[in-house]
Amino acid sequence: MNPTEYPLKPEERVLFALRDLYSRFGYSQFKMSKFEEYDLYVRNKDFLVSDGVITFTDTDGRLMALKPDVTLSIIKNTRQAPGCVQKVYYSENVYRISGSTRSFKEILQTGLECIGDVDLYSLCEVISLAAQSLKLIDSACVLDLSHMGVVSALVDALTPDGALRAEALRCIGEKNADGVRKLFPEGDIDGLLALISAHGPAPQVIAALRPWCAAPEAAAALNELEAVTGALAANGCECIQVDFSIVNDMNYYNGIVFRGYIDGIPAGVLSGGQYDTLMQRMGRSARAVGFAIYMDLLERLNAEARPYDVDTVLLYDDGADVIELTRAIRLLADSGRSVLAQRAVPEKLRYRQLLRFKDRGIEIIENHA
Amino acid sequence: MKTMLNVALPKGRLGEKVYGMFAAAGFECPSILEPNRKLVFENEEAGVRYFWVKPSDVAIYVERGAADIGVAGKDILLEYAPDVFELLDLNVGKCRMAVAAKKDFRDNPERTLRVATKFARIARTYYAGLGRDIDIIHLNGSIEIAPILGLSDVIVDIVETGKTLLENDLEPLETIVPISARLIANKASFRFKSAAIEAVAERLKGQVPEN
Repeated sequence: MNPTEYPLKPEERVLFALRDLYSRFGYSQFKMSKFEEYDLYVRNKDFLVSDGVITFTDTDGRLMALKPDVTLSIIKNTRQAPGCVQKVYYSENVYRISGSTRSFKEILQTGLECIGDVDLYSLCEVISLAAQSLKLIDSACVLDLSHMGVVSALVDALTPDGALRAEALRCIGEKNADGVRKLFPEGDIDGLLALISAHGPAPQVIAALRPWCAAPEAAAALNELEAVTGALAANGCECIQVDFSIVNDMNYYNGIVFRGYIDGIPAGVLSGGQYDTLMQRMGRSARAVGFAIYMDLLERLNAEARPYDVDTVLLYDDGADVIELTRAIRLLADSGRSVLAQRAVPEKLRYRQLLRFKDRGIEIIENHA
Repeated sequence: MKTMLNVALPKGRLGEKVYGMFAAAGFECPSILEPNRKLVFENEEAGVRYFWVKPSDVAIYVERGAADIGVAGKDILLEYAPDVFELLDLNVGKCRMAVAAKKDFRDNPERTLRVATKFARIARTYYAGLGRDIDIIHLNGSIEIAPILGLSDVIVDIVETGKTLLENDLEPLETIVPISARLIANKASFRFKSAAIEAVAERLKGQVPEN
């Protein structure tokens, strides 16, 4: 059987398509070791999606970890050059605690990073690739964009208190308008309420928020969001919307952040954004933007149901001539059909054709094709 | 075709009250009130499909997308921290999460405080905020008995009227957080059924009782 016709699982099909997409835009594959020194994750613990890391002691006594994240390893290995950006994609297993079961899971993660002299074009390119990635997975998709600059400007205007700010961010992430009202009973929260309720096509949302973004930082952030969404819309990215409930950790992310959803998958499958602040924390002056796709979630996509488990079942008796039997199976397999040799039909097996091998030849017992 | 919303409601008194709010908001489903053991009820015209689940499971159904929206107590949301949108405070099922102890309890800050609770995360977060070292004793019910038998120093539990505490010679010491029922939504469903979900939230707003 031709390997390209082999019934690929949805996540495998997507993986090949994504690799092809990223390499067509000049991204090269970044291959890395499964292990990394634990120290790297301790220093940037809050950046990790889950809190647990599997550790072990290497033969030389160093404490190592099974990678819970790919981005930190990529940043560690980047080199800077003015006017250039390093464009890499990856497809790697990471080891994390799964939210619902509280146990470690191996998760296949695919994504890309664009690190260096990131400008408006690079930003648009990465977001456009995120949108195209979602389209490759399923045409019923949404890519929600938010801008941390807008969110933080509106929150900062209300309070300088770190704990209150964190609480306010949580409420924005939950679209919890009642929570914001309780948090700032005296404050002028109309801007935040507008931020929570505004979602949908970019031009409308940006226009609705404009009156609340008069301060220079907020206005600059909103203008950047407008420039990016405008450029993407002009290039046919129709699945892009704006929703400020996408709030990533402000200690790492700044600028535009985004999350992608597929109809039928209950959680966001794609997550990304600009993380210049993380770069600074790791001692780099370069800017960076990237995203990851959680391939394990794609298992939930409806695979086309195959009517048969196997094309042909060939039954043979205990005393069958092994040389003749082998030849017969080879002939059937070479004709492009899948063949399962058995002495009895396995329970609940679905097949197109049931054959029996005899010394004089092959007898057809059932034919459903 | 009309968008159908799957709505997870908590079984019991609160669920019936909340269904009343949905019905008054125009999302009625008369078959739900018939006395039988069915768990799923549908009104295609109103675009809703209700199902009854255990109150502590509502957040799981919504987070995992089996239900688009649901109604869960703030206690469950704080304890399990599901990744969902919290769209509306329904202001019903009101009670509070509180610390309670025997009436003659005297706190000794030199010793680790033993806390019996069903809500380990809420208790841990609360005492971490106070910088207090605690030992969590996770129980699944009849929490009030723990301090009486000397299993714990205090309990962290839901207090509605305080009658159960009083009958067991306990008293509330501190309120950790007020609790009420919340309308929650799955984050992906919100993207694909936003008009329908927002219509439910908007019309339910009119049914939220004043304090």
